[in-house]
Amino acid sequence: MDALAEDWRNGGFGLYIHWPFCQAKCPYCDFNSHVVCQIDQARWKAAYIQEIDRFAEETPGRILNTMFFGGGTPSLMDPDVVGAIIEKVRQSWPTSNDFEITLEANPSSVEAARFAAYRDAGVNRVSVGVQALNNNDLKRLGRLHSKDEAIKAIEIAKKSFERVSFDLMYGRQDQSAASWSSELTWAIDLAADHLSLYQLTIEDGTAFGDRYKIGRLRGLPDEDLSVHLFEITQEICDKAGLHAYEVSNHAKSDAESRHNLIYWKYGDYIGIGPGAHGRLTLNGNRFATETFKSPFQWLSQVEGGQMESRTVLSLADQAAEYLMMSLRLTEGISINRYNKMTGQKLDSHQIDFLRSENLINIDQDRLCTTDRGRLVLNSVIETLMPSLELFDNSQLTT
Amino acid sequence: MTELSKIRNFSIVAHIDHGKSTLADRLIQETGTVQDRDMKEQLLDAMDIERERGITIKANTVRIDYTADDGEDYVLNLIDTPGHVDFAYEVSRSMRAVEGSLLVVDSTQGVEAQTLANVYQAIDADHELVPVFNKIDLPASDIDRVAEQVEDVIGIDASGAIPVSAKTGQGIHEVLEAIVKTLPAPKGTRDAPLKAMLVDSWYDAYLGVIVLVRIIDGVLKKGDRIKMMSNGSIHPVDRIGVFRPQMQAIDELGPGEIGFLTASIKQVRDTRVGDTITTEKKGADTPLPGFKPSQPVVFCGLFPVDNAEFEDLRDAIEKLALNDASFSFEMETSAALGFGFRCGFLGLLHLEVIRDRIEREYDIELITTAPSVIYHVYMRDGSMIELHNPADMPDLTHVDHLEEPRIKATILVPDDYLGDVLKLCQDRRGIQLDLTYAGSRAMVVYDLPLNEVVFDFYDRLKSVTKGYASFDYQMTGYRQDHLVKMQILVNDEPVDALSTMVHRDRAEQRGRAMCEKLKDLIPRHMFKIPIQAAIGGRIIARETLAALRKDVTAKCYGGDATRKRKLLDKQKAGKKKMRQFGKVDIPQEAFISALKMDG
Ligand SMILES: Nc1nc2c(ncn2[C@@H]2O[C@H](COP(=O)(O)OP(=O)(O)O)[C@@H](O)[C@H]2O)c(=O)[nH]1
Ligand SMILES: C[S@@+](CC[C@H](N)C(=O)[O-])C[C@H]1O[C@@H](n2cnc3c(N)ncnc32)[C@H](O)[C@@H]1O
Ligand code: SF4
Ligand SMILES: [Mg+2]
Repeated sequence: MDALAEDWRNGGFGLYIHWPFCQAKCPYCDFNSHVVCQIDQARWKAAYIQEIDRFAEETPGRILNTMFFGGGTPSLMDPDVVGAIIEKVRQSWPTSNDFEITLEANPSSVEAARFAAYRDAGVNRVSVGVQALNNNDLKRLGRLHSKDEAIKAIEIAKKSFERVSFDLMYGRQDQSAASWSSELTWAIDLAADHLSLYQLTIEDGTAFGDRYKIGRLRGLPDEDLSVHLFEITQEICDKAGLHAYEVSNHAKSDAESRHNLIYWKYGDYIGIGPGAHGRLTLNGNRFATETFKSPFQWLSQVEGGQMESRTVLSLADQAAEYLMMSLRLTEGISINRYNKMTGQKLDSHQIDFLRSENLINIDQDRLCTTDRGRLVLNSVIETLMPSLELFDNSQLTT
Repeated sequence: MTELSKIRNFSIVAHIDHGKSTLADRLIQETGTVQDRDMKEQLLDAMDIERERGITIKANTVRIDYTADDGEDYVLNLIDTPGHVDFAYEVSRSMRAVEGSLLVVDSTQGVEAQTLANVYQAIDADHELVPVFNKIDLPASDIDRVAEQVEDVIGIDASGAIPVSAKTGQGIHEVLEAIVKTLPAPKGTRDAPLKAMLVDSWYDAYLGVIVLVRIIDGVLKKGDRIKMMSNGSIHPVDRIGVFRPQMQAIDELGPGEIGFLTASIKQVRDTRVGDTITTEKKGADTPLPGFKPSQPVVFCGLFPVDNAEFEDLRDAIEKLALNDASFSFEMETSAALGFGFRCGFLGLLHLEVIRDRIEREYDIELITTAPSVIYHVYMRDGSMIELHNPADMPDLTHVDHLEEPRIKATILVPDDYLGDVLKLCQDRRGIQLDLTYAGSRAMVVYDLPLNEVVFDFYDRLKSVTKGYASFDYQMTGYRQDHLVKMQILVNDEPVDALSTMVHRDRAEQRGRAMCEKLKDLIPRHMFKIPIQAAIGGRIIARETLAALRKDVTAKCYGGDATRKRKLLDKQKAGKKKMRQFGKVDIPQEAFISALKMDG
């Protein structure tokens, strides 16, 4: 086995389960989430279990580090479905000692009432979608829960699980720096040891996206305010010891989301469920896997025994993906790993330029962004991203 | 071979869109030259670009057989000439090959600038004129008004004008009869030594160079060995024919006739338009009075977007030049844009046509640099340099003074827009020569620097007059003025492809405008970018493009990798289409757009 076949070990091995249903569609959300009146939970359970079987056969004996129920709204899953899946997973792979099982939950009272059952089913970490800590903004974001419900849900979560995180979105309509800073300070008081803090992004194909295009989504921050909000966020979190370990994720040390770290460290992960993506190294090839996006198409495809689509990732693809994912981390990338993985060196002119502009730092093997560089991360990545031509003649055979 | 008295040679002069091509179509159709089923619109406009834009670029010829009301069979030779000012030269040389013209005026519009320019050329060539008032099927048609204008503005008798609709065919028969009755038959002597005028030539992939000729005296026969009188070169004629409008072989062409020959000539450049063709043996002694060769007046750089396509570009340009003697090129290297060509054109339309053809027919994406004219740079040592490219401007310490080409521009415009037109001409350093009225329309004549016109003058004119003005110009000569080279520095580095020649008094204003434009055209980078205009070493304008402050994706998890990656690839591919100057990427359209002036 050569270096490439083993590269994924630098990131680990995880399993992502996508649950594609929600109570209502939020106007900013472009996730693969759907609102339906009825869900045949047993049928879905069977499909997930069948898929786990199939992937397990291809990766026998691999140690699984994490699993993650994401959505959509996985807190709409019956706890026994969650339980059956977890049990199946434990039978299918050896798991690491610190095996992490996260479930994304919405903070309505109904869902919070199920937290204990999820814990009993084996979930050991929740990520609660709080989004805002005031009712006016929650309403504008189309959320179904209130501020009080959210606070209660966090409390219940902290009692039920060893590890709890919650999500907030900022850069909302008409949000001032002062109001965000007090909201965030309060959130830190409520938080355990992990927070995800996302700047609201207006995505194409969402209700917000449509309104934005016709100029009817007002009060969004301009670039300066947006930068300011990001900087405040870093400051407040740093003071509270919740350092950013990724662009939008903050944690006390050792409290990071281990599952998400697999993505950012460019490890292997299986993606099961409608529209789920995976990265899987098999026989020295790294595949990108992608399932059918439509929930019912996915279901019948699985039931019909059909496989998801797989694309071999070229060295150029992997190089770009590694940069794209790992530069999001505060710790950055390993230069050595990059060189080994791609058989190419990073462009030294570009590195010199980025350093001279104080956009990146290099400390021995690690290359990471500076605070300034992180704010323009996409441009930094693009600058470092190798031209495809570089790879054309040098595609290593594995 | 046709008897002289039964031949009529004519062209059609008209302002663009007044219906010249449509009228030609109707004449061809009415006489049965082309079967109805083979009829397609604008028969004589052969190139895609001509059809698409509805303009005639090259002169085209057709021979029409017509049995007149007097019972006699006539041969009518029509040369359809371009209407656009860029191709005035093609018009003038075609005019010399015929004896008369139909003066087509759109009766809903009246006389326009190109009507004037073209009709004066016809008068210069001693043509008999038949006024034809077209588009009488339209409600806005006003024949009396047009007749009055023709008499007032052009000064010819309009009483015999023929009202027609080239669309419906009404009046076409009358036009044919007028051609026979009013236009003179050509003169010539059959027994004299051959004298044929070389009207045009072009390259055909199957037949090689095709030469369009008008026989003045003598007879041209297949198998003749002909001599080009300008250089004495001898060619055996292997084919003679006429256009109807497809090529049709015939055995000989006699005096007064128009047709083509092929004679294994390799390159269009071996044939000089205006040359006199005679026979090797017993040839003519003196040539016909020649034409002056056409000279490119507008120059610009053409560079491949993808540097790897340089050789393909060379190939395309060489091929196009084979068929277009009026277009010149030489290799150019630019620090900014790499390898390309400095090309010379008859005007902006000509430039656009060539550029379009390269992009379309040869599939090469191009960066076009700012058009420039030829400056005469007088050096202190008394010598003179022709400057085609501002980047080549010699060191100022050796320069005594500069001269720039001037034009005489004629603009016809409805009264309402006169003020805007005067302002535009004034802004472009124009000197008013004349201002008269023809009905409710003003005719203004300006002396302008060509430099101020080549770029976007016509666009601006169209926009300030909502398309109601018509415009034509002719070169008048060179005049000294206070001209300087303005450089643009992006991130402190001069970008040669953005250098321009400007009048000293306008330099600050121009420099400011260009810096502001560039600030909008260049995407923000991770650092701030000074954009400066300079004359010599002195900065005369400055803008700063602020650094990009925020460009980071808030969420990127396992499921996002593929999609986000595609976005990055797309961005990166977009950057590849830009040009790098040091660390700055400049989009290709910036090289032209930066020069556009809004006011
Ligand atoms: N209604 C009407 N339209 C005409 C007539 N003659 C030409 N046109 C239209 O006027 C436009 C310009 O005609 P074209 O022959 O291309 O003009 P050119 O630029 O002088 O060759 C075309 O859209 C023609 O269809 C006419 O007699 N009546
Ligand atoms: C996959 S979503 C699903 C979680 C759960 N369904 C919920 O809504 O709470 C995970 C998180 O992404 C964030 N998010 C979703 N859409 C976003 C957007 N347009 N801009 C920024 N953050 C967004 C929200 O904070 C959300 O909690
Ligand atoms: S934000 Fe969460 S709850 Fe809202 S639609 Fe998206 S996935 Fe569903
Ligand atoms: Mg035409």
